[in-house]
Parts: sequence; C-alpha cells; structure tokens
Amino acid sequence: MPAPHGNTKDISLSITTFIIISIIKSLAVVGVLLTAVAYSVWLERKVSAHIQNRWGPTRVGPFGLLQPLADGVKFIFKEDLTQPHVYKPLYIAAPIIAMVFAITSISVIPFGNWVTVGPWGTYLQITDLNIGLLVVLGITSMGVYGVALAGWSSNNKYSLLGGLRASAQMVSYEVSLGLSLVGVVIMAGSLSLREIVDAQGGVFWHFIPRWNIFHGQTLGFFIYLISAYAETNRTPFDLPEAESELVAGYHTEYSAMKFAMFFMAEYANMVTVACLATLLFLGGWHGPIFGPPILQAVMPVFWFCLKVFFFMFLYVWVRWTLPRFRYDQLMAFGWKVLLPLAIANIVYTALVVALRAQYPGRFF
Amino acid sequence: MLHLILFLFFGAICVAGAINLLVQSHPINSALSLIVVMASLAAEYLLLGAEFVAAVQVIVYAGAIMVLFVITIMLLNAGAEERTKGSRVAILIGIPGVVIGAVLVAWTLIGRSSTTQSVSIGALWGDPKSIARLLFRDFLLPFEVTSVLILIAIMGAVVLASRPKAVARGARKDA
Repeated sequence: MPAPHGNTKDISLSITTFIIISIIKSLAVVGVLLTAVAYSVWLERKVSAHIQNRWGPTRVGPFGLLQPLADGVKFIFKEDLTQPHVYKPLYIAAPIIAMVFAITSISVIPFGNWVTVGPWGTYLQITDLNIGLLVVLGITSMGVYGVALAGWSSNNKYSLLGGLRASAQMVSYEVSLGLSLVGVVIMAGSLSLREIVDAQGGVFWHFIPRWNIFHGQTLGFFIYLISAYAETNRTPFDLPEAESELVAGYHTEYSAMKFAMFFMAEYANMVTVACLATLLFLGGWHGPIFGPPILQAVMPVFWFCLKVFFFMFLYVWVRWTLPRFRYDQLMAFGWKVLLPLAIANIVYTALVVALRAQYPGRFF
Repeated sequence: MLHLILFLFFGAICVAGAINLLVQSHPINSALSLIVVMASLAAEYLLLGAEFVAAVQVIVYAGAIMVLFVITIMLLNAGAEERTKGSRVAILIGIPGVVIGAVLVAWTLIGRSSTTQSVSIGALWGDPKSIARLLFRDFLLPFEVTSVLILIAIMGAVVLASRPKAVARGARKDA
C-alpha cells in the first residue's frame, strides 16, 4: 500500500519496518521531549535562583539534577483533590487536552537530516508533512481549549477569569504569530518544515549564515518571539495565571498529577515553540560541521539542540527580568503594534521576493 | 484499505459528534461536540488528500471560531437548557421529512452514478501550491472581491456593536 504523502525514501521500506521505525521514533521523541520538559523546570528554578542571588535546588543529586525526579514522585503521591463544585467531566478532561495537544505538536518537528543505521535509514523526524507548519499551528491553536475549559469547569471566579484571559490572549496573539511566519513561508516557498530548513543552508557575503533571521526576516523573528511568549502564557504575558490577582489562574483548583499535566503542557509548548523558532529563523540544524564521521553525523542534532536550549534560556531570562503587562496594554500591543508590523513584514517580504524573481542577481 | 477504515472511523465520529451536539442540554457540551465534528471533518479532508483545507479547517474553525463560541458561553455563563418533549408537529412532519429527503438524495446519487465519477481516497490534489495557484491566478478577482466583502462585514459588525458616543453619553445621563 503506497503512503500518499510520505517521503519517497520511506515508501521503499516494507510496511512492517516502517511501522517499527515510526514507533521507535515516536517513543524516542516523546521520551526526549518529556525529559527536556523536566529539565526545563530545573533550568528555570536554577537560573531564576541565580538571577535572584540564590542557589536554587541543590540537595537532590549533584547541582540538584535529580530534583525533577523528586518533583515527579511528589506530584504522583500528592492527594488528588476534586472540589465538589467543579463540573467533573470537563474538569478531568481539561489537563488531558492540554497535555495531548502539547505533546502532539512535536510530531512534525524535524531534528536533523537523514540518518542511516545499518540497512535502515530515516529522517530525524516522526513524520514529514508538506503542510508541517500548518499542522503545528493547528495543534497549538487547539491547545487553548485545555486552559479555557479548565477555567470554566472549575466553577471558581479566579479560574474563570484566568481561562478567559488565556483564551482571549492566545486567540489574539495567534493572529500575529501566524502572520509573522508568512514571510518565512514566502522565502522558502514551502510549508514543509524540512524544506524551510533546507532553504536556509549556506552563507552570504562569505561569512553570514543564510538563516532567515539574518536574511530579511529579522522583524518577523521578533514578532514571532513576542507572540510565542504570549501564546505560551509566559511572563511578561502571564496574565492567565497572574498570582497577585488571580491566585493561580486557570489551574487554581487543580492539584497533584492534574496540576502537573498543566505544568508539563506549558513547558512542552515552550519546547515546541523554541523548536519552531530554531527551524524557521535560526536555520534548524545548520551549523559548522567538522571532525571525524561519527562526530559529523551528530553535529546537526547538536546545533539544533543548542539553538533550542538558547531559546529556553531566553524564556527563563525574560521571565525573571521583565514585569507583567497590564491587560489593556497586552491587547493594545497585540492588535495595534504586532499585527500591523506582521502585515508590513509580509508586504515587504513579498515585494522583495517578487523583485528578486523579476531582476535576478540584483537583490541578495 | 487502512485509509478506508480510517475514513469510515472519522465519519462515524463526525456523525456521533453531530448527534451529541443536538442531544446535549448544556451549551458548552454542544460547543465541544461541534469541535469534534470540525476536527473529524478535517481528518476526512486529510484522508481525501486535501491537506491544506484540512489544516485550515482545524486552524480557522476548530481553533479560532469555536474558541470564540466557548468564550461567549463562558462569559454569558449559560446554564443547562430546559428539556422539552418537542412539538408534536415537529415529530409528525419532521421525521418523515428527514427520511424522504435522505431517500431523495440517495436515489438521485445512485441514479446518476454513471455520470458522476468516484474519487479514490487520497487522489484529490489539495496541496498548498495548487490551492494558491487557483486562488491567486485563476480566481484572483473573485478571491479579492470576497476579501473586500468580508472586510465590509467586519466593519459593519464593529459599527453595530459600538454605540455612538452621543448615545452612550445620553444613556449615562439618564442613569
């Protein structure tokens, strides 16, 4: 049975091998993602501590490295409270929805090039779709429901306000987030994440990498970065869980593993957004490659992870540096500043691409 | 074969969601059922090969419009609706009407099966490039005119929703 939209190299595999490889890839990617989530929490605690001149977790393991495990055990053994006033079906479904969509969106993210292990070869990506970018946007846009339903089903004014804020904010910033990516799509001429990364290979002026951030999409990058912070409800856009006004926002009534699922979903979303930023603006796995063959095989993944780590660090850095927006500022900024800038970016990019097609060689 | 099974599976989910939408008495449950309908429709589009339409279906309908529905329900704090037995006229005329309509559609489709072509699953070309070629080359004028129409609709909505300043001031004076 031919797979209509798989990549050509996978079709040559037998269906059994294909399924086995897919299962291995999925397990590996989800495993790495969840580990990354756990250690992002550790990173957040450690960096925030150092920013505030503290030590952060130090007791469990060297540098507190086993702290995520201890936290996980704690979450599992804590009492799982369900208040009598909640609307139970949605109260239980909400963290699951948040978690599922947060993890699913990683499925189209490519981590590196084609690798060969013995007779089998595969792309370092669970699946390559020619609408990969749209799939990520679609899945993240569905993630709003987890937060909104958690707020509503808790039957608590703080939760409801948090949920309302979250859904309004995420819908608003999704517009500028989506539009900021159009420039990249125009440059690459494709919606496949792999092709977008491939379009960013090489250098111009002999030393500047041809990454989109240096190659005409600087404005788009910053619009994306700001919108992504708002999409993941991180400071300075963390109004949905503004603890000084809303207790804990939409997850006020949640405890134990249900709370942990929201927590993990937030960090998984951060990882996805960081991956997307890396792929779309920082050239994905492109970087200097040298050394023996085994090192050359690993280098692209290393560069990818390094760039993602940079974004995760930036997230933490921004959170512990900037204060929170006021709600009217948040909305005005999203609709009156970011949206026009994103549209201007599209017009500019489209104009440059059209001119370049008209007069080849004149515009770099 | 796998595609057909998946197609039937999502079709069943879609119909089940639609029925659940009508049966549920609480607006938020109905809204969530509608999301299920939208999402499974997107899966059907995807299986037919219309990838771009599938993605847009999820992003626009399931991801944006339905979020606004849910926000509205949350803001209005709409409670469960009262359940009535429905009017006798609806039962007497409605159910036979639905049956007759379904039979008519099926009869027409079967009767014309020689002139219509069947499309094998995954055979539609719905990739972004061909859609873009249709929208921005073959049907550029209708597309742009539609976008202007939508813009007018948005402006109309804003005008209708916002009270003129004088009226707002007057209302405050009365209060």
